[in-house]
Amino acid sequence: MNPKPILLAAEGLNKSFDGYKAIHELNFYLDEGELRTVIGPNGAGKTTFLDLITGRTKPDTGTLAWDDSKHDLLRLNEYEIYRLGIGRKFQTPTVYTDHTVMENLILSLAGSRGIFHCLFGKTSSNQLDRIESILETIKLTSHAHRKAGTLAHGQKQWLEIGMLLAQDARLLLVDEPAAGMTDEETHRTGELLLSLAGKHTIVVIEHDMTFVRQISQGRKVTVLHQGQVLCEGPVEKVQNDERVIEVYLGRKSKAA
Amino acid sequence: MNASPLSARIHNGILAISAFIILVVFPTLNAMGIIEDFTLNLWGKYLCYGILAVSIDLLWGYTGLLCLGQALFFSLGGYMMGMHLMLMIGKLGQYKSALPDFMVFLGHSTLPTFWVPFQSFPFAFSMIFLIPGLMALVFGYLAFRSRIKGVYFSILTQALTYGASLMFFRNDMLMGGNNGFTDFRTLLGANLRIASTQRLLYISTAILLIIVVMLCKWLTRSRFGLVQRAIRDSENRVLFSGYSTANFKLFIFVVSAVIAALAGALYVPQVGIINPSEMTPEKSLEAVVWVALGGRGSLVGPVLGAISVNALKSWATREYPDLWLLFLGTSFVLVVMFMPTGMIGLPSQLQALAKRMKRKSTEP
Repeated sequence: MNPKPILLAAEGLNKSFDGYKAIHELNFYLDEGELRTVIGPNGAGKTTFLDLITGRTKPDTGTLAWDDSKHDLLRLNEYEIYRLGIGRKFQTPTVYTDHTVMENLILSLAGSRGIFHCLFGKTSSNQLDRIESILETIKLTSHAHRKAGTLAHGQKQWLEIGMLLAQDARLLLVDEPAAGMTDEETHRTGELLLSLAGKHTIVVIEHDMTFVRQISQGRKVTVLHQGQVLCEGPVEKVQNDERVIEVYLGRKSKAA
Repeated sequence: MNASPLSARIHNGILAISAFIILVVFPTLNAMGIIEDFTLNLWGKYLCYGILAVSIDLLWGYTGLLCLGQALFFSLGGYMMGMHLMLMIGKLGQYKSALPDFMVFLGHSTLPTFWVPFQSFPFAFSMIFLIPGLMALVFGYLAFRSRIKGVYFSILTQALTYGASLMFFRNDMLMGGNNGFTDFRTLLGANLRIASTQRLLYISTAILLIIVVMLCKWLTRSRFGLVQRAIRDSENRVLFSGYSTANFKLFIFVVSAVIAALAGALYVPQVGIINPSEMTPEKSLEAVVWVALGGRGSLVGPVLGAISVNALKSWATREYPDLWLLFLGTSFVLVVMFMPTGMIGLPSQLQALAKRMKRKSTEP
């Protein structure tokens, strides 16, 4: 019995777009319960990597195994992958703008996605309680009946995180949650993610180093560069790594 | 829609009164001789178009699928009913043969096998559901599984109905060729050429319309409706919320095809003819215009659009036959440009305008 089963294993992943290698021989392992931060310069392949995991695009070669290799993600489509418990928050907040905040959460609730269920199923009082508590967590209780399209940018980000919570996903893939947020909002987002760590496995993609330091707290950080893992380790180690400094600051550091 | 309780009650009140007028008042006035038989018959036709418009709205307004082949399902329903009606003519036709006239004319001496079961009304009735439903199922399955979306879906549905109309124009299809079916006499033993039968058909149409509108109201308010509108607004996101959008679209496509087919089946005995010109792309486009004019995404709007455009058409094609299409085109352009929510959205649009005017006048 492995005490920490490998939840997600990516091996030898390759994906190129018109000859541009977005992902190149990528190996990536994620343990159950981890809170992993992925950083890397623009074009490092971070979002493409999430696209591969969630089935938005298929890799040219390589494998993606889920839950101790019980499932091969490459054989599944977007909604089948979602149903395994892999939820995603997109880089630009993607909520249903013409639906209310409440309806956005109802649509994301864990449970059957069948047509019959959607026709005749009622939202149970348990589920309503759950929505109530999520609304509180994401501080949108007073906006429950507003159309999501009218929310402020930061609120939309939070709503999308709330949608992940409603789904009760095993793995949360969170793409730049702090983008466009104020410092205070960013900090609160960090606290929210930290409170979820342990209950869920989380992968956070982020640029903001203050935020990364806040949430990683000695946990493993992965640096992607040119579609490959450049180095992994605690944030202090990563920040002092020669190669990381080089890719972030350019060739200058080498010359100096 | 964020209707306040009061305006929602007014809305429902108006709906109930309209339903009462259409279902009870009109036929009663007709039986009393106040409304002419011709007029009631015309309204029966409008209501059939209203049902067709709702079926388009279900796809276009609520799911974002602009189907330009809805006239095909409408006509298929009509043809299924027509086959039964043709066989019910019996030996009363021009050629005094048990075969439909067009078959005698084409030199047939026996009824083709696929026509035989249509002698039974229950069979014909079930085919009204099955044939258009199956057609939508197969076409929809292929289209949605291949993730054909947006304008490509519209073009394909248009091609589908065009192809079907070409097939039905052919005599060797044994569906009456370009003349289609006509000269109907009886339905379930009732003489179609007397006012009381036509009145019953009108009432059936009104009942069907009310049932369809209520069914769609329920459907669009369920969680299914939430998913439907989510697909319309952001289909990719719905996939990443774990819904198989293809299945949802397929379901609504089939439901809407069957609704259109039922409308067609009631249309044919009231109008007395069905031919392939009913399934040309123009007919589908015309119905899309009714929906746009009435207000898509509202269920009642499309009915309003279908009735008013066709009432206008009946009048305009009589008074200004050359100008009718100009009329229609101009009003379509005006509505698209200035009334994005259509006729049904006009009151709230005016309200908003009044509010803005007021604010302007109170401002120094």
